[in-house]
Amino acid sequence: MNIIVILKRTFDTEEKITLSNGQINEDGAEFIINPYDEYGIEEAIQIRDKVGGEVTVVTVGSEESEKELRTALAMGADKAVLINIEEEVSDGDQFTTARLLAEFLQDKNPDLLFSGNVAIDGGSGQVGPRVADLLGIPFVSTITKLDINGQKVTVVRDVEGDSEVIETTLPLLVTCQQGLNEPRYPSLPGIMKAKRKPLDEILLDDLDLEIDDVKAKTKTIEIFLPPKKEAGVVLEGELADQVKELVSLLHTEAKFL
Amino acid sequence: MSRKVLAVAEVRETSLRNVSFEAVAAAKTMAEGGEVVGVILGANIVGLANDMIHHGADRVIVVDNERLKQYTSDGFSQALLAVIDEEKPEGIVMGHTALGKDLSPKIASRLQSGLISDVTDIECAGGNIVFTRPIYSGKAFEKKIITDGLVFATVRPNNISILEKDESRSGDVSSITAEIKDLRAIVKEVVRKAAEGVDLSEAKVIVAGGRGVKSAEGFEPLKQLADVLGGAVGASRGACDAGYCDYSLQIGQTGKVVTPDLYIACGISGAIQHLAGMSNSKFIVAINKDPEANIFKVADYGIVGDLFEVVPLLTEECKKLKIRT
Repeated sequence: MNIIVILKRTFDTEEKITLSNGQINEDGAEFIINPYDEYGIEEAIQIRDKVGGEVTVVTVGSEESEKELRTALAMGADKAVLINIEEEVSDGDQFTTARLLAEFLQDKNPDLLFSGNVAIDGGSGQVGPRVADLLGIPFVSTITKLDINGQKVTVVRDVEGDSEVIETTLPLLVTCQQGLNEPRYPSLPGIMKAKRKPLDEILLDDLDLEIDDVKAKTKTIEIFLPPKKEAGVVLEGELADQVKELVSLLHTEAKFL
Repeated sequence: MSRKVLAVAEVRETSLRNVSFEAVAAAKTMAEGGEVVGVILGANIVGLANDMIHHGADRVIVVDNERLKQYTSDGFSQALLAVIDEEKPEGIVMGHTALGKDLSPKIASRLQSGLISDVTDIECAGGNIVFTRPIYSGKAFEKKIITDGLVFATVRPNNISILEKDESRSGDVSSITAEIKDLRAIVKEVVRKAAEGVDLSEAKVIVAGGRGVKSAEGFEPLKQLADVLGGAVGASRGACDAGYCDYSLQIGQTGKVVTPDLYIACGISGAIQHLAGMSNSKFIVAINKDPEANIFKVADYGIVGDLFEVVPLLTEECKKLKIRT
């Protein structure tokens, strides 16, 4: 089976966000594979190990994303592709990313594609469904279970806490939700092997696309931090009195109840 | 510049979800004086149209089709594209819900348009519609504009104020027939896990438990408090990892990001990943045994104590107050 995993390099979830010159400050920040994409890598590896085939991880980004691609290879993916747009495309948006990925994927005939249901930085959740649409294949979002039987696929989709059992067929794109699996950590032999696995770099020119074809449809005009919340009041006294005070505060101050 | 904007509603069971009216309010801002057209997709839904008009839509279009009874990406996109084809709107807005997150990127891709997802505020400034949205799970915000083509956005539930309901408003309700065919993914079964409570993303009050809850049974007092307050129960990752509750309840950077009016954190230490999911709540109450717990740094009110003592007392006090008022 030809399996593709779309991944994104994101800030570590532990990172505090600061701004410099109105932009997110990346100096010294730790980066990771977007956690929702990791579920996709894990699932792809498990399926390949069961039915055979190949897992390719692909990202749109800059040279720095090579680290995350190597991590995916160390987990067990077979090949990695970096669509490097650093030199040519600045200020891309989800339209840009999806267009680049779809252009790269259109002659690769993937059977199954994974992406995260959302990236924890930009948080739009658009890229997976957009890629599926551009490739003309069905997609199911926020999945927590996947069973493949020949060309038939049964997935469980998380719908705000409820679950839908969905039947569909390959080729298919799914976006991963927490609960799908427990992503493995790269093993030491895995890390060694990953160094020798192929990591191809592709530029806009290689994709038969002009800059205008991938020009963003949206633009960020300002980034700001939420107002710092001041620590509130920790109540004192007998517990029962504290609770009474809390309820009355919620009633008068917060206009609750 | 005034524009025609479609506000796409969302049906749950036999009524419209609140986010439908939030979409109408958003559409009103985006339309800049232009027409706001409500859109309802589903089966046996014509009766819901006036509710949209009462909340500010100028008229409503319904696509009523048995095949739209259950949401599917293919079915709903065919229906919405039929409406778009007929109406040629200059803007579209819908809720950033499971449905909206699934449907909107597909429609945007079809129309080769931009899409600004998960918007928490909309304003007109300098000739642009400016959308504010959280990034890095709410650790920062960005303001975005559409630079080319359709003005398309999804709005996070509970953030855009709905317009005052006016039952004297009236407007045209028309129907569009769409051919719903070739559904490539079929929903075989729906398992309702969240049905017993209020939807987390739309809840005005959330009572959340962490590791301090200690067991699945430990969530019982939290449920009782949530019931009295008409709210939903949530959890930290720690509680989910420990198997005390389902991951569908998880609030945080991975998990759900919520903005209720009142968030009561019980036995939650307040890891940065959890704060990312709830720190924009309007009021935060923390109950924790550990006075040094991080959660107190973001809480408006804190009680240092055992949640198994505090929560039942709180439930009783809330009941008493409810009876009095």
